[in-house]
Amino acid sequence: MENSISVKLKVWRQANPKAQGEFVTYELQDIPTDTSFLETLDILNEQLVERGEEPIAFDHDCREGICGMCSLYINGHPHGPATGATTCQLYMRRFKDGETITVEPWRSAAFPVIKDLMVDRNAFDKIQQAGGYVSFNTGGAQDANAIPISKVDADEAMDSASCIGCGACVAACKNGSAMLFVSAKVSQFALLPQGKAEAKKRVKAMLQKMDELGFGNCTNTGACAAECPKNIKLSNIARLNREYICAKCSD
Amino acid sequence: MWLFKSSVGRKVVMSVTGLFLILFLTFHALMNAVAVLSLDAYEAVCEFLGANWYALLGTLVLAAGFVIHIIFAFWLTLQNRSARGNDRYAVTARPKSVEWASQNMLVLGIIVLCFLVLHLFQFWAKMQLPEITGGDVYSGSQALEATFSQPWVLPVYLIGFCAIWFHITHGFWSAFQSLGANNDKWLCRWKCIGWWWATIVMLLFAVEAIALTIKFATDSCPCIGELI
Repeated sequence: MENSISVKLKVWRQANPKAQGEFVTYELQDIPTDTSFLETLDILNEQLVERGEEPIAFDHDCREGICGMCSLYINGHPHGPATGATTCQLYMRRFKDGETITVEPWRSAAFPVIKDLMVDRNAFDKIQQAGGYVSFNTGGAQDANAIPISKVDADEAMDSASCIGCGACVAACKNGSAMLFVSAKVSQFALLPQGKAEAKKRVKAMLQKMDELGFGNCTNTGACAAECPKNIKLSNIARLNREYICAKCSD
Repeated sequence: MWLFKSSVGRKVVMSVTGLFLILFLTFHALMNAVAVLSLDAYEAVCEFLGANWYALLGTLVLAAGFVIHIIFAFWLTLQNRSARGNDRYAVTARPKSVEWASQNMLVLGIIVLCFLVLHLFQFWAKMQLPEITGGDVYSGSQALEATFSQPWVLPVYLIGFCAIWFHITHGFWSAFQSLGANNDKWLCRWKCIGWWWATIVMLLFAVEAIALTIKFATDSCPCIGELI
């Protein structure tokens, strides 16, 4: 039942952060359509190694859409043309036989290229370190009815917490803004009673760090939410704005 | 000051000034309607908004609204371009849910600014300004006639109105989003209210401009009169 396609991969190659990068086109023959996109890159890399060329560097880890390591800007979309899916969940059946697929790294001043398609996303870790946690001892798990939380809030917090921090929002944004990521990380706490204790301090610290690291200003184009592999909603950004404005006004 | 130093604060400034300007445009469209209905009544409105202390104060506040909105727009855009980095994507695609206007607010704003400068030359520079500086002061209907009797004015104004329409359809809901007054339910509501608000106000402007052109251009240029 399997079909095979042949594609051209136009891949960004850059030897190191300071080197001048360029696109190199590779032809791949008879790729089964049930191959994942990352496996296709693996196949290409094997061929490159056999030919004695430098393999393409790209980020990947769990390959099941939960770790947030894979990136890649494929044919104008972060994580490729599929919606609600990461690059590792993208399959070659999405592409046509003979198609040229353009593969670029995330492009943002805050995410410098390390090599080829690999970018440095440490900026996200720095934002998390600035306040994306609760700093008190939560103890063991309590009875579920000890702290009543409405189902709506619990679901909303869980949806926000599904952000895997891949950086697709920054890559998709014409302003290189990290607002969707920061808003998800702020929301997952702001919605729950455990997070409310440090809500003001958290939102100010995380937003300040985000600005410091050189991410852009949000202009509400909504490209981030449209391209997010975890479907993080735009309403999180409104909540972040609200939390921040209220925190600043109460200073 | 967090309104200048933080990204959210800068957007708050854009939102507040933007909403203020939308409110101003709404009143402006209503005042124009007076000119279409009765030139005498329009003269009374112009008299009321001449070089009185309250009208001058209002003009200053309005000018500040424009200036702050425009300066912040350029400032934010410069920051956003540098945040994007030096390398641009070779291939980009606009997701369906992303409005065209939202990605072109600066360009639309620049078109609106050009229109604004022209409009100020045609009216403010002939009416309120000479009242302050001393000079030849046009009455409301004189300024209207001097402007709308020229056939090129209408198409230029209509282009300006289109740019403002696009600018507001995104700007309206975006302002509430930036102010944090938004959630899943209200996102669609603000978009809907913004669309209707922009459409009604800009249609009003367009109808008024067409009516005034018919009124004044037909006298000076009989060929238009024959066309109508």
